[in-house]
Amino acid sequence: MKTENTSTMQVVNSGLAKRYAKEKRFRMLGIGAVVISLLFLVILFSSIVGNGYTAFRQSVIVLDIHFDKQILDVSNLRSANYAKLVKDAMSGLFPDVTGRSDKRMLHRLVSSGAAFQLQKMIIKDPSLIGRTVEVRVPADDEVDMFIKGYIPRNVPESERRISDQQMAWIDRLVDSDRLERRFNTTFFTAGDSREPELSGIKGAVTGSFFTLLVTLVLSFPIGVAAAVYLEEFAPVNRWTDFVEVNINNLAAVPSIVFGLLGLAVFLNFFGFPRSAPLVGGMVLTLMTLPTIIIASRASLKSVPPSIREAALGIGASKLQTITHHVLPLAMPGMMTGTIIGMAQALGETAPLLMIGMVAFIVDIPGGITDPATVLPVQIYLWADSPERAFVERTSAAIMILLAFLILMNGTAVLLRRKFERRW
Amino acid sequence: MAMDTVIDMADTFGVGKQVHEQEVTKALSREDDSQTVGAPFVDAPRMVCRDVNVYYGEKQAISNVSLDVAEHEVLAMIGPSGCGKSTFLRCLNRMNDTVDICRVTGEILLDGRNIYDKSVDVVPLRAQVGMVFQKPNPFPKSIFENVAYGPKIHGLTNSRFELQDIVEDSLKKAGLWDEVSDRLDQPGTGLSGGQQQRLCIARAVAVRPEVILMDEPCSALDPIATATVEDLITELREHYTIVIVTHNMQQAARISQRTAYFHLGRLIEVNPTDQVFTNPRHRLTEDYITGRFG
Ligand SMILES: Nc1ncnc2c1ncn2[C@@H]1O[C@H](COP(=O)(O)OP(=O)(O)OP(=O)(O)O)[C@@H](O)[C@H]1O
Ligand SMILES: [Mg+2]
Repeated sequence: MKTENTSTMQVVNSGLAKRYAKEKRFRMLGIGAVVISLLFLVILFSSIVGNGYTAFRQSVIVLDIHFDKQILDVSNLRSANYAKLVKDAMSGLFPDVTGRSDKRMLHRLVSSGAAFQLQKMIIKDPSLIGRTVEVRVPADDEVDMFIKGYIPRNVPESERRISDQQMAWIDRLVDSDRLERRFNTTFFTAGDSREPELSGIKGAVTGSFFTLLVTLVLSFPIGVAAAVYLEEFAPVNRWTDFVEVNINNLAAVPSIVFGLLGLAVFLNFFGFPRSAPLVGGMVLTLMTLPTIIIASRASLKSVPPSIREAALGIGASKLQTITHHVLPLAMPGMMTGTIIGMAQALGETAPLLMIGMVAFIVDIPGGITDPATVLPVQIYLWADSPERAFVERTSAAIMILLAFLILMNGTAVLLRRKFERRW
Repeated sequence: MAMDTVIDMADTFGVGKQVHEQEVTKALSREDDSQTVGAPFVDAPRMVCRDVNVYYGEKQAISNVSLDVAEHEVLAMIGPSGCGKSTFLRCLNRMNDTVDICRVTGEILLDGRNIYDKSVDVVPLRAQVGMVFQKPNPFPKSIFENVAYGPKIHGLTNSRFELQDIVEDSLKKAGLWDEVSDRLDQPGTGLSGGQQQRLCIARAVAVRPEVILMDEPCSALDPIATATVEDLITELREHYTIVIVTHNMQQAARISQRTAYFHLGRLIEVNPTDQVFTNPRHRLTEDYITGRFG
């Protein structure tokens, strides 16, 4: 007996080192995997942030605008020649520039949006007419790029979009403190524009908001109802198996297919408005429903059967059992699934291209039937634009999108933490 | 066909011979095996079970059980693990309906009405026949809510005061009032295991059922909590009819009037409790209670 015992211990001991080595190797592998994925994440974030952070600052030119009575002496203040005000002010700063083409080059340093800015000021406060006011107007995007150092000085003139002469003027503006860099509020308050310095993400964010609102309002109740029915009421038979298989299939269907479906059904058959968040939301609902249903069913399944039995055992009806006990316990899981589905929907581009949400839309949508675009599509549009200034805006928009995604997924995690296993 | 009848008859005679010197039963069963020894039937029964068979899919879990439950008695069900005690108990308030693959045949009458009749609604049935489960399963809500839930859904009262009275009364009956009266708003899941089980009993009692089914209510409790629950059961007997499954034979001996012994899905013996434990009639019962078989 004794010898047998010691020999057992010897065998165990001799194997121990090997077992621990195996464990150690496994742990190293795991750490390696985590490190690699973190590394990719860091590379992704740093490249996006590195490209995009400059977009949050914008060059402005400080001009002394004289709101000339002559120019503004028109019956309709909207149609006055505000561009002339800007040009006059620029010429005032550079009296030595005389030639016609030189002047044109000089005036090009200021964004075409400056005229609209002045128009807005006058319409808001007509008492400015006749006075001279210091106004900060956006510089042209090429000037902005030059200031930010994206256009190097040392390349031949023919290869950059700013001439030597313009460069000299910009230097003079900087020296005389006429060129400032300020926080780029336009980026957060404007819709899309052909001019990078006038473009913003508000239109796309609003579009995304309306689209997700439609998606949420449709997919959460439908998804939860479907999950509750399938999990709690549906009999187990071939028909429900079939439904289950198809729901899982739907979850794997490429999203562009849903876009085609939306195009064929919602636009062409039902005649819903093109490019509208309403249709976008409906298409994304189709796409997120499987996610929500699967997550909701899983969280319904995870409610311990003893709770159901407890309720049924004292005579609660099936519906009472579900609404009073099962749903409250399953709700955090359902909400987590919904938020994850919503986050997917927020990042979805392809199906929305099919239903026309890729149009160039300047106005900020005011409702779910207005033409709109969404953040990821906006990113796609900007990424496709040739102007250098759109590159940083693309990255900045990605940063905003990522921020929303992190916010949503963080909420999902918090919800799970908060409500996890209360029983 | 004729052959079958002959065998049937032979069986019947066999049964007759075997139980000849024992008490004559009114059993309707025809097979030797399923013949229950003892006194499964009583005068003026509260619940009547006849030829109950339960199947889980293809597998039969209960065969031909016929048994009466008397008014104001504690009926203990004992037997080795997996013999179908819980299954049978759950038939008495149709809790087995929740198991998809479960199928019940035969008759179970409550006050003369077959509870498996299509016209019977399980909601009032379960209000009438309450259940306490093996594992304490309070709702993840406050102690008050736990007890008040049943009366609320059945509309037993509309006034808050009456509801408070019911809760207090039920908790007192369950012997839990003194321990929780100052923290009714705290979660029921925060109580100890024994307290939780008594909370579940209070919850069942609050609906004022007529029959209470208990599936090993003390299996998770320490001896002191067990004693509390046993006292409670003895008190409850004045107002309620109780069917209790237990693995603890001393417990069955202490609290029950009649004891039913199950074996492999069959009801082997039913007799007054003292008789079962002192003078079992069936060899299987004897083996079980003497510990030769467990
Ligand atoms: N939901 C189910 N599905 C399939 N078979 C089941 C189910 N519940 C019980 N059974 C089977 O029915 C038989 C009786 O089970 P039951 O739970 O009634 O036993 P028990 O006497 O209560 O045992 P224990 O004393 O261990 O609780 C067992 O063989 C079991 O495997
Ligand atoms: Mg059991």
